[in-house]
Amino acid sequence: MNEKQVLMQVKDLSVTYETRLGPVSAVDGITFDIYRGEILGLVGESGCGKSTMGKALMRMIQPPGWISKGQLIFEGEDIMTYDRNKMRDFRGRKVSMIFQDPMTSLNPVQRVDQHLIEAIQVHEPKTIIEKALERANILMERLGIQKERMSNYPHQLSGGMRQRVMIGLGLVLNANLIIADEATTSLDVIVEAKLVDQLKEIRDEFGVTLLVITHNIALVAELCDRVAVMYAGHIVELGPIEEIFDNPLHPYTKGLLLSVPNIKLDEREELFKMAGEPPNLTHPPFGCRFHPRCPKATAICEEKEPEFREVTPGRFVKCWLVKDYQVKEMKKAEVIK
Amino acid sequence: MSETSTLNNSGDYLVEVNNLTKWFPVQKSIIDQVFTKERDYVRAVDGVSFKIRRGGVLGLAGESGSGKTTIGRVTIGLEKKTKGEVFFDGINLSELSEEELRKMRRRMQVIFQDPLASLNPRMSLGSAIVQGLKIHYPELKEQHRDMVLEMMERVGLTPARFYINKFPQQISGGQRQRVVIARALITKPDLILADEPIAMADVSVRALLLDLMIQLKKEFNLTYIFITHDLATAKYICDDIAILYLGKIAEIGNLKEVYSLPLHPYTQALMAAVPVPDPHKRRTQSMPAGEIPNPIHPPSGCRFHPRCPFAKDICSQEEPILRELLPEHQVACHIAENFMK
Repeated sequence: MNEKQVLMQVKDLSVTYETRLGPVSAVDGITFDIYRGEILGLVGESGCGKSTMGKALMRMIQPPGWISKGQLIFEGEDIMTYDRNKMRDFRGRKVSMIFQDPMTSLNPVQRVDQHLIEAIQVHEPKTIIEKALERANILMERLGIQKERMSNYPHQLSGGMRQRVMIGLGLVLNANLIIADEATTSLDVIVEAKLVDQLKEIRDEFGVTLLVITHNIALVAELCDRVAVMYAGHIVELGPIEEIFDNPLHPYTKGLLLSVPNIKLDEREELFKMAGEPPNLTHPPFGCRFHPRCPKATAICEEKEPEFREVTPGRFVKCWLVKDYQVKEMKKAEVIK
Repeated sequence: MSETSTLNNSGDYLVEVNNLTKWFPVQKSIIDQVFTKERDYVRAVDGVSFKIRRGGVLGLAGESGSGKTTIGRVTIGLEKKTKGEVFFDGINLSELSEEELRKMRRRMQVIFQDPLASLNPRMSLGSAIVQGLKIHYPELKEQHRDMVLEMMERVGLTPARFYINKFPQQISGGQRQRVVIARALITKPDLILADEPIAMADVSVRALLLDLMIQLKKEFNLTYIFITHDLATAKYICDDIAILYLGKIAEIGNLKEVYSLPLHPYTQALMAAVPVPDPHKRRTQSMPAGEIPNPIHPPSGCRFHPRCPFAKDICSQEEPILRELLPEHQVACHIAENFMK
């Protein structure tokens, strides 16, 4: 990943839900790029808008929600201008999605091979069944599902296998971007670890781009190249994984990283206890949305929303407290290293 | 208030479990019932023994289907056991009558994973918490409200007067779990069975709940059975840990001992699989093949042998017993000596 090619640009994206208590912006003016071939992690706590963001990238927000603002530029084209048919083709062929619970995503009365053949034929109606099946078999073999398993129904497979079928469905049309929304969350650790290995492999083999949406920060450290941290509908920090974990700039990222349990015995013995809980988005705090929980909040944090700005090449942060001199110090420290 | 005395002859251990077994019969169709005599059983827990020190925290860890939840439930009598004995404070629980067992329940309380599912949506927080007092301390009726308020303050639901008349859906997930904790502690129990108590909470809330549980343990002299699938979280609260695989204990001992030198290949795999929040320390080991086998017909010999990268002939033939290879560290593996430094 030396040269970074932008695959998708998200520009000033907002998603609004109509609720009884008035409109709620679950995603509020977010801007970022997804690079070709990278594994980008999107982390945050429940209700921060990470799943909404994943759906919005495929324009799959259902009423009472809608994309109220912004552009989604995929390979140079703004998909917000696509009509229904074009959008339908875009989903699946360009971008596909894997969800937390594969059992609800797979059809219980359809065999694995039928799922794959259907996916191929919907997008490429001229493909004959035999050809489609052959393609499906080759792909699934590579994902570690034997040929005999292809005629199984979803309930006959284990959780890990079902998730691999979902990945297969995403790959069979050669999608460029796969969005995995909590795809490993319901799996046991060993199965999860295997899926992580598999996701890395398919990135290397097929060159796909992965957007991994998760609440599991340790998983992001294990898997991703870059990470975006979300809080209350905003991305508060974005950058290369090592830099963020070594030197988090936003107070929320700092607190979050310190409150993640670590199995290594020599690591710190106590978890950091962040005060408060994430805010309710019907009435988000004024100014910086993290200020009521921020240990370092100043007057300006309560009054004005900070900008999401690039402080060093590739590192973005949305915080008033990150001053340029701190960033300079940080750079100096790196040079010394 | 607690009548537990340290003079009790059960000594250091509050809970002692011997050869605990729980088999669930498998549902069969009528035709199968007629033509086959033998019934099939899911061997959820299959001969498990452990002791818990007074004031200690025993972690029960394993993947889904390992039997960790069933062990907890059978131990405190929420589920009838198939075989085995449970001693609580020196008392054999199977010798108690229903009435005596009900009284004993005051001393053993439970915290479940999903606080919303554990709370009645039509009961205010105060009335949910007071239930235990009504059953176990009816004579203190006048003081109930004060006791509830005091406990709510203690678990961090402050100001308690503001929360006491609220309903579960009006508060956040972290606060709901605090209500469940308050409800468990109000009867002054000795033992708390905590079944994945923080698994539903967000990371930032988890640390707070974990810390609360540690504080309350000290303050009320509690003993915990802490059921979790997350070995990293266990590190912060458990003194001892039992690693379960398919209804059996693979390894048990002092947590620090087990984590610093895991002797069972399954423990080794499980620990390696846990992601570490440090991108510089990514996992390099590959994971064992296959998945947890069917608990109706578990593999012969050592139950882990079909997936074990080190399996020898003996592993498929003979079942390993738990051996104390190191002080406070037992393992059920034929070849565990190979992993000692």
